[in-house]
Amino acid sequence: MNDIASNVLNGEPRSIARLITLAENNDPIATDAMKGIHPKTGKAYVIGITGVMGSGKSTLIFELTREYRKKGLKVGIIAIDPTSPFSGGALLGDRIRMTELATDEGVFIRSMGTRGMLGGLTSAVYDVVEILDASGKDIILVETVGVGQAEVDVIKIADTTLVVLVPGLGDAIQTIKAGIMEIADIYVVNKADRSGVEQTVAEIESLIDITCSDKDRKIPVITTVAKENIGTADLLEEIENHKKYLKKTKMFNVQRRKRYEAELVEIIRKRLMNFIFDESTFKGKVESLIDQISKKEIDPYTASEEILGKILK
Amino acid sequence: MEKKIRVLVAKPGLDGHDRGAKVVARALRDAGMEVIYTGLHQTADMIVETAIQEDVDVIGLSLLSGAHMTLFVDVTKLLKDRGIDNVLVVGGGIVPEEDVPELKKAGVAGVFGPGTHCDDIVNFIKTNVKR
Repeated sequence: MNDIASNVLNGEPRSIARLITLAENNDPIATDAMKGIHPKTGKAYVIGITGVMGSGKSTLIFELTREYRKKGLKVGIIAIDPTSPFSGGALLGDRIRMTELATDEGVFIRSMGTRGMLGGLTSAVYDVVEILDASGKDIILVETVGVGQAEVDVIKIADTTLVVLVPGLGDAIQTIKAGIMEIADIYVVNKADRSGVEQTVAEIESLIDITCSDKDRKIPVITTVAKENIGTADLLEEIENHKKYLKKTKMFNVQRRKRYEAELVEIIRKRLMNFIFDESTFKGKVESLIDQISKKEIDPYTASEEILGKILK
Repeated sequence: MEKKIRVLVAKPGLDGHDRGAKVVARALRDAGMEVIYTGLHQTADMIVETAIQEDVDVIGLSLLSGAHMTLFVDVTKLLKDRGIDNVLVVGGGIVPEEDVPELKKAGVAGVFGPGTHCDDIVNFIKTNVKR
């Protein structure tokens, strides 16, 4: 095991931070370290927090973290914001709502750009969950980008998924029911001091009644006012109830297995794409095929077979 | 994969004017950097801890209150105390010319006052980033 891996296992913040960067950059040093830490992972409980833009996800995470810290638990936070598809840059602003946590030694926060990934997460998020887990965090909170309808990848990584909504979405709840309205383990209606909260809760509950009547667990709807720390304790209790439910029904291990499946698929995808598009083996070939496609000398399917044929033979 | 420059943009102390910091943060994003923006009223401790956790290459400090000789220097001093020597520190805001040499001596590598073109900040960072 290399030095950085053993320092991560000792919970050393600078090594944790460095390894996350190396993993994001697909550095070979990270690959070695990730191999070393995997046997030490699996203890942390992962909570995904998703929801529409401006629903108060970051503030909710701040309050949840404070509750977990009161219980003496160590918390890792992964806050994901969109990377610009034009410049490749990103403005990562989730920490604004969490500044008080910056100097708490029991909390490690990392902001990440999506770096081209769709689905609300970022490619290296699986690595970062493993790194924070190996470093001794008890709870890992993953905040997705502000989602629209289809960014549902968070369920691949989370043990418990919270979908955060706000009053006043009105009929919008009906129209988004096909995407993020299918993935919640717990619904949170935040900013519940605003008018229209009863209607929003009722609409969510009617959706639950339609879609989940065959399940043995009714999905709870919790109302919170995160910025005043109202409802956070109830939310914590519901997360605990969901965890117990997962353990009792053996779903916990099934979900964890799905996470590792998603992680494996993502690593293979990433390494394969790098092999074809970034490394020198194929780079010239790919460029010349693109030129040939443009000139109608070859079609895209035949071109793809020229590349894949070389790998798969 | 291309390595991205990560920058922490922070406002130390009790200064509530963040328009300039936001303009610079956006310019750095548009130049392809990942910018972590932490908002107002940061202590040196918060800034350095955040810089460590986010593994940034650059810290950009913005201050319009006149307390830069104290607050900028607090940050560079704390970085030295923690043994961090590979992070580029730059500052901006209302900083009189005569303060610049002393700030540079204290470890603030670049100081950018009113009228600075965003491209100059981008180029300075790209040229001077330490890793």
